[in-house]
Amino acid sequence: MAGQLFAYIAHKNGVADDSALELVTAAAKIQADTGATALVVGSGGDLDTVCNEMAASFEQVWKFDHQALSYPNAEVIRKLLAGLLPADAMILLPHDTFGMDLGPGLSVKMDSAYVPDVVAIEGLEGDQLKAVRQEYSGMVSTHVNCNVGGGAVLTCRPGSFPADESRSAGGQVVDKSSEIGDLTVRRQYIEVVAAEVGDVDITKEDVLVSVGRGIEDQDNIEIAEDLAKAIGSVVSCSRPIVDAKWLEKSRQVGTSGQTVKPKVYLALGISGSFQHMGGIKGNPFIVAVNKNPKAPIFQVADVGVVADILDFIPELTEKIQESK
Amino acid sequence: MEILVCVKRVPDTAENEIEVNRDGSDIERDDLVYSVNEWDNYAVEEAIQIRDKVGGAVTVVTVGDEEAEEVLRREMAMGADHGVHLMDDAFEGSDGRAVAAILKAEIEKGSYDLVLTGAMADDGAGQVGGMLAAMLDWPYASVVNKIEVTDGNKIRVGREIEGGNQEMSDIELPCVLSIQTGINEPRYVGIRGIRKVASVDIPVHGTSDLGLAGDTLGAAGARVKRVDYFVPELGEGAEMLEGSTEEIIDKLIELLKAKGGIK
Repeated sequence: MAGQLFAYIAHKNGVADDSALELVTAAAKIQADTGATALVVGSGGDLDTVCNEMAASFEQVWKFDHQALSYPNAEVIRKLLAGLLPADAMILLPHDTFGMDLGPGLSVKMDSAYVPDVVAIEGLEGDQLKAVRQEYSGMVSTHVNCNVGGGAVLTCRPGSFPADESRSAGGQVVDKSSEIGDLTVRRQYIEVVAAEVGDVDITKEDVLVSVGRGIEDQDNIEIAEDLAKAIGSVVSCSRPIVDAKWLEKSRQVGTSGQTVKPKVYLALGISGSFQHMGGIKGNPFIVAVNKNPKAPIFQVADVGVVADILDFIPELTEKIQESK
Repeated sequence: MEILVCVKRVPDTAENEIEVNRDGSDIERDDLVYSVNEWDNYAVEEAIQIRDKVGGAVTVVTVGDEEAEEVLRREMAMGADHGVHLMDDAFEGSDGRAVAAILKAEIEKGSYDLVLTGAMADDGAGQVGGMLAAMLDWPYASVVNKIEVTDGNKIRVGREIEGGNQEMSDIELPCVLSIQTGINEPRYVGIRGIRKVASVDIPVHGTSDLGLAGDTLGAAGARVKRVDYFVPELGEGAEMLEGSTEEIIDKLIELLKAKGGIK
C-alpha cells in the first residue's frame, strides 16, 4: 500500500506558482480519490494567502511558518520535510531549479525512490508507479517503473500536466508550525542578483529570429542578424549560444533566460529542449529550420524545413530583400 | 584545495541522432560518437581555475566501463592532476543512487574539500550530486554558475535560477556543487595534450577496494527501472515544407507575410 501523497507548493509574494495546480493534476493520476496534501512552507502573512488559495484545490493543506523559511532555501526545506513527513510519503515537486536542488537529497534522507523530471504518469498499481521521462535532450522517451512502497520523490516537469482549476476542495488548513525542529544548515542564502538588462528587449518583440547550436560559429551570427534586419526583427538565441559567449545573456530564450511572447518565432538550428520551449509563451507561429529531421523542435513547430541553416538563412534573406 | 570532479562518458547529442533500437530496449548504440558530458567539462575547467588560484589538486573520477577511461585522460589533458576509475561488473546498470553510493565510498577514502558534478547528463535526471551530498551529509548547491573562493571554510556560490536571475549563497566546506554550463569557457584540448597523459597511471577501484556490497548496486539494486525507450507521437507536428530550396523559400515567405513575420 502506497503512502500519503504530498505536493510541494512553490510560491512568491503571496501567490502560488503555476506548478501548484499542475501538481493537482499529477496527484490525481496517482491517487484519484484521496488527492494530495499541499505543503505550504514560508514565513509571514503571505503564507496564509497561499494556504487559503490552495485550500480550494487540496483537501488538506499543511502550513509551516518559520522565520528560517522566509526564502525557499532547499537545504533548509529538505531538513524540515525529512524530519516531519511520514517515511513512506510520496512527494511531488516541480522540476525547476528549486525542485532540482531539493529532490535528490530529499529522496536519500527519506530513503525513498527518486523519479526526476516526470512528463507523464500512467498510474499506480499496488506499489508500482508507472511514469514517463525523457532522455537525450528530449530526443527519446522512456517508460519507468518505480516501487513507491517505501516512499518516493517525484519532480514533475512544468507545463507537462495541465493545471487543474476545476476543484472546489474546500480544504482544511492545518498549522504544523509547532512541529518544526532544528533548521540549522550549512548554506546561507544571501541575495538574488537580477538578470542583466541588455541592449535589446527581446520580450517586447513581435517577431524573433532565434539561433541555436546549428549556427556553429560566432562569425555566423551575422547571417542571423542580416535576416532579422531584412524582416524587421531582432536576434535571440538558445542557451548554447550564451554559454559560448557569442550573444549576451539578455538574448537567451528559455526558463533560465527570458520569457518571450512573439507572434512569429523562427527557430533556426535550435533542437527545441523543454527548457528552451518553456520560455516561449502566447502560442506563436513557430518556423523551425534544422538539419536533423528528428529534432524535437519539429514536434512543436507549425512549419518545418529540414536544411542546414548556414546555407538556408542567407538564401532566405536574399529572397526577402528581393521581394521588398 | 582538494577538489574531486565526477565525470561521465556519454553519447554526444550534438554529434549524433539518438534513435531507439529495434526492440526498444536501448538507444541505437552502433556508430555513436561519445564524449565527456558537456556539464562535467565545465566543472573540470572550474576546478582547474580554482586550483590555479588557491593551490591544491584536482582529481577526476568516473564510474564506467573500460572505455570510460578516455574521458578521464581527456580531462587530465585539460589540467586535472589525477584520475580515478571506478569499475566493476557489479556497477553495470546502476541507477543514479547507486552511482552516488559508489562515489561516496571513493570520496571517503580521500580528504576532499570540494566535490563537483555536472548539473545533469544524458538521462537528464540531475540527481547524482544532490544524492551524494545527502549521503555524505555535506551541504549542496545545484545549477551553480559562479564560485568565489574566499578565506576560511566557506565559499560563495551563485545558482542559476529562473529568468536568468542568480541566487547567491555562502556554503560551508566540504560541500558538493553541481555545475551549470556557461560558468566558464572550458579550454581546448589538443591531441598533443592527450598524448602527454596517455601513460599516466589511473588507479581502478572496484567493490572490494571500496568496501561496497555488490547486490545493492547495478541493475538489480535499482529502485527506478527503465522499461523501454520510445519516441512519443506529439500532436500533429510541423507541416514540413518540401521541394527545391527555392520553392521552400517562396512558400515560407508567403507564410511569414501572412502571419506578420515580415515588416
